[in-house]
Amino acid sequence: MVTLLGVPIIGFLLIIQTAVISRLKLLEGTGDLILLFVIAWALQGRVRSAWQWAIIAGVLVSLVTALPYFIALAGYLTITLMARLLQHQVWQTPILAMFVTTFVGTVVFHLLSISGLALAGTTLPIQESLTLVTLPSALINLILALPVYTVVSDLSNWAYPAEEV
Amino acid sequence: MKASNTRFWQTTTLVLVCVGLVFVGFSGYLQPFLGTVLEPVVGVQRWLSVRYLAIYEFITVPRDVASLRTSNEELEREVAGLQTQIIELQQQLREAQVLYALLDFARANPQGGQYTAAEVIGRDPNPFLKYIFIDRGSDHGIRRGMPVITDRGLVGRIDAVTSSAARVQLITDPGSAVNVRMEPDRGIAQIQGSITGEITLEMLSQEIPVQTGDLILSSGLGGNFPPDILIGQVVTVRSKPNELFQSASVQTVVDFNTLQAVLVITNFRPIDISPLVPSPEP
Repeated sequence: MVTLLGVPIIGFLLIIQTAVISRLKLLEGTGDLILLFVIAWALQGRVRSAWQWAIIAGVLVSLVTALPYFIALAGYLTITLMARLLQHQVWQTPILAMFVTTFVGTVVFHLLSISGLALAGTTLPIQESLTLVTLPSALINLILALPVYTVVSDLSNWAYPAEEV
Repeated sequence: MKASNTRFWQTTTLVLVCVGLVFVGFSGYLQPFLGTVLEPVVGVQRWLSVRYLAIYEFITVPRDVASLRTSNEELEREVAGLQTQIIELQQQLREAQVLYALLDFARANPQGGQYTAAEVIGRDPNPFLKYIFIDRGSDHGIRRGMPVITDRGLVGRIDAVTSSAARVQLITDPGSAVNVRMEPDRGIAQIQGSITGEITLEMLSQEIPVQTGDLILSSGLGGNFPPDILIGQVVTVRSKPNELFQSASVQTVVDFNTLQAVLVITNFRPIDISPLVPSPEP
């Protein structure tokens, strides 16, 4: 049931992303609300549907974006794996894990995007891509990380209530 | 008997005195006396009246403030409502101006062109890609490959279509390449997008004299875009004698950051020349 809940939630986030967030630019970088949501969801200890939500996010974004189909799916699954690993390592400071995963996840996702576009025939200059797109995007994502984490934390508490002893 | 006579005379005297005082009063002889007597009375009356009014105002003014506040709140609500209406009307006016401009363009370019106006509803979530989403799809006659323009110039072409929306690849996208020609020298070249949204003129022969301000128009070569659609102007030229081609940066006539509405040329079908391109032999 909670897995199915991911479809409308990520669909709604995708609408916000394409209509609003993608227009708010820092140099050429933009925030990625869905990436942040996937990371924050995967970092919640009680959540058992992180992989399913990553797949939903990958499929929905693939339907919309002009990136090659497998890139978004591979990107969100990779980031979920990173978040899950980090959640087990630094479980006592989830906010720190959120920031670390956000920064590294943005870089990884963008590197995957550059690689995917190169495979599709569009070669992007790496240095320019990193300085003008990736780093500004990472900064925006870091700014958005805390509010997104708070909202997702509340959502996870509602979806997976703590078991009373 | 004697007592009743005395009372009679007392009464008569009193009546006569009263009548006399009335007559004296009417004749004005009592005025100085009355003035002297009434002045302190009037003073007391005035003092009392002023104090009464002060107390009355003290009690009643807060009630007026409350009513004023209520009235003020109502007026503020009304002003807020009117301001909202003004903003909505200004927004509608801006949209109407954009649509009028597109309509003017369609009327001014009647040479067989069929246009469908569409609103820009979003941008690609990936920052490396310069794609927009429009609110017209296959239900409105939109097909893949159709050119997209504004009243100012070329925007891009339809890349993917659903029943009610479409994705447009902008000419500023890094994967976009458009064959162009120069004005006034009619040199043939190609424009290439980039991740910064800037456009560069590539594959321009060294023999063609290029100057700042030269116009760039679509050439129609390759069959992806109709010819003679304005794209921009040359800003700076980069020419090195030891290179095969010269290049230039181009200032587009369309502001891609503030695109609100576009026109899709629905009667243009791109030509697929891929079967004519020779494949490398194994």
